[in-house]
Amino acid sequence: MSGDNEETQTTENTPMDEKVQDKVISPEKSEEAKLKARYPNLGNKPGGSDLLRKRLQKGQKYFDSGDYNMAKAKIKNKQLPTAAPEKTEITGDHIPTPQDLPQRKPSLVASKLAG
Amino acid sequence: MGAGGGTSDVQWCFSQVKGAIDDDVAEADIISTVEFNHSGELLATGDKGGRVVIFQQEPESKNQPQCRGEYNVYSTFQSHEPEFDYLKSLEIEEKINKIRWLPQKNAAQFLLSTNDKTIKLWKISERDKRPEGYNLKEEDGRYRDLNTVTTLRVPVFRPMDLMVEASPRRVFANAHTYHVNSISVNSDCETYLSADDLRINLWNLEITDRSFNIVDIKPTNMEELTEVITAVEFHPNQCNTFVYSSSKGTIRLCDMRASALCDKHAKQFEEPEDPNNRSFFSEIISSISDVKFSHSGRYMMTRDYLSVKIWDLNMESRPVETYQVHEYLRSKLCSLYENDCIFDKFECCWNGNDSVVMTGSYNNFFRMFDRGYRQDVTLEASRENSKPRSVLKPRKVSTGGKRKKDEISVDSLDFNKKILHTAWHPLDNIIAVATTNNLYIFQEKLN
Repeated sequence: MSGDNEETQTTENTPMDEKVQDKVISPEKSEEAKLKARYPNLGNKPGGSDLLRKRLQKGQKYFDSGDYNMAKAKIKNKQLPTAAPEKTEITGDHIPTPQDLPQRKPSLVASKLAG
Repeated sequence: MGAGGGTSDVQWCFSQVKGAIDDDVAEADIISTVEFNHSGELLATGDKGGRVVIFQQEPESKNQPQCRGEYNVYSTFQSHEPEFDYLKSLEIEEKINKIRWLPQKNAAQFLLSTNDKTIKLWKISERDKRPEGYNLKEEDGRYRDLNTVTTLRVPVFRPMDLMVEASPRRVFANAHTYHVNSISVNSDCETYLSADDLRINLWNLEITDRSFNIVDIKPTNMEELTEVITAVEFHPNQCNTFVYSSSKGTIRLCDMRASALCDKHAKQFEEPEDPNNRSFFSEIISSISDVKFSHSGRYMMTRDYLSVKIWDLNMESRPVETYQVHEYLRSKLCSLYENDCIFDKFECCWNGNDSVVMTGSYNNFFRMFDRGYRQDVTLEASRENSKPRSVLKPRKVSTGGKRKKDEISVDSLDFNKKILHTAWHPLDNIIAVATTNNLYIFQEKLN
């Protein structure tokens, strides 16, 4: 309910219980432990450079404009399998091919909201 | 004048739903922004396909005094097209990130719409007359044989079926290296701000070839990047004041009178964090996805992943009110990080008299918080509750072990059904709620 503004519950612990209690009390910390268990290579600066720089680089990358135009032309004609974007992909290592590209529909169709 | 809007006495009814019924959602149809104009008569939506649809409220009919006018399509146009940046080999999405209306000054309506790189000023005007009876031309445009012209015929305006035309009047391009996330029109109606991840530019609505950079948080060394700009808004009546929010959960208020470059803020709003509670997720969930001034200009509201906070502009140290939107998600952060939902950008809005705030959640739920009555309610936008004028039943998510009847458990929530965009009519209790590809309009039940 809106009245409950606390992020974590207050507890009265003896100091030696605190470390054990920490994981039980804070759901956030236990979620963090879960994540670190699944991805041990995860960096220690979560909100830091890597995440932000990935955000700044958002946007489909192509080798060059010819590549882009060929990709558009091919996509118009047939359905291509959609590839799941890799989270850890570094652009320099990967040259996209038309097979990797998610389908793009031409946007000349009217919006269905106006239907 | 709209009602007080306290959730204790307001009941919400389904009014209309726009969009396709089928579940197979085309990407272009994903709604990306919703905005009422200043009178509430017009409601604009933008989508991922770069299209804008504007609805107009019908005048209230005497036959149905129980409900306010319905919204019907007024105009629709292609605002932005996909582009290719040849220099960087980057595709520029046509998705409309934001629409902002200008206050109406004459018969025409104006709005700003933006994608990641380019802001456009659109003029929407009505034409209900056309000239007929030209002296030298036939009605179909062919020129008359001059030998047959013996008298002077002066064209007159005759009524025609209403035509609504949208035309791009200004294109504000090439001013943003990074992706534009918000725009805000100044109360002076002459200038506006556009913000990308690292910079904020000030424009004059008449001038497209120049913009003034007033905030730049780009570090000299990009390795030192720790924070990005997430939203910007001008104060509703102080034309020198604006705020911008960041991915670290801070809001900075700037006064343009202080200096030309507003890198130094006049005020910084930040809630102190308990270092013991810090986790990997802390900074991500503190990132502010939206900031909105109250209509009064005295408060501002911010939305982060789990909560809505109301700040008094006179107090920087902490918010005056905090509302939990979906606290039960705190114990799901790991999977929400894995499926990227933790990065969803929810917006928020005020009602006309600043007494109630609203924001979206998952499972097509949306939440309203009444500041005065200290009550909140969860409602759902779904086709199942879409009988005309049917009252929306409050929904509840069960967090404990025992799930009551009609409650839904956290694990059953559909995280693909997100309500990121909502809008509240500036004067009345009418709200527009966007699900992935449908627009719902709800109205207050009037007896």
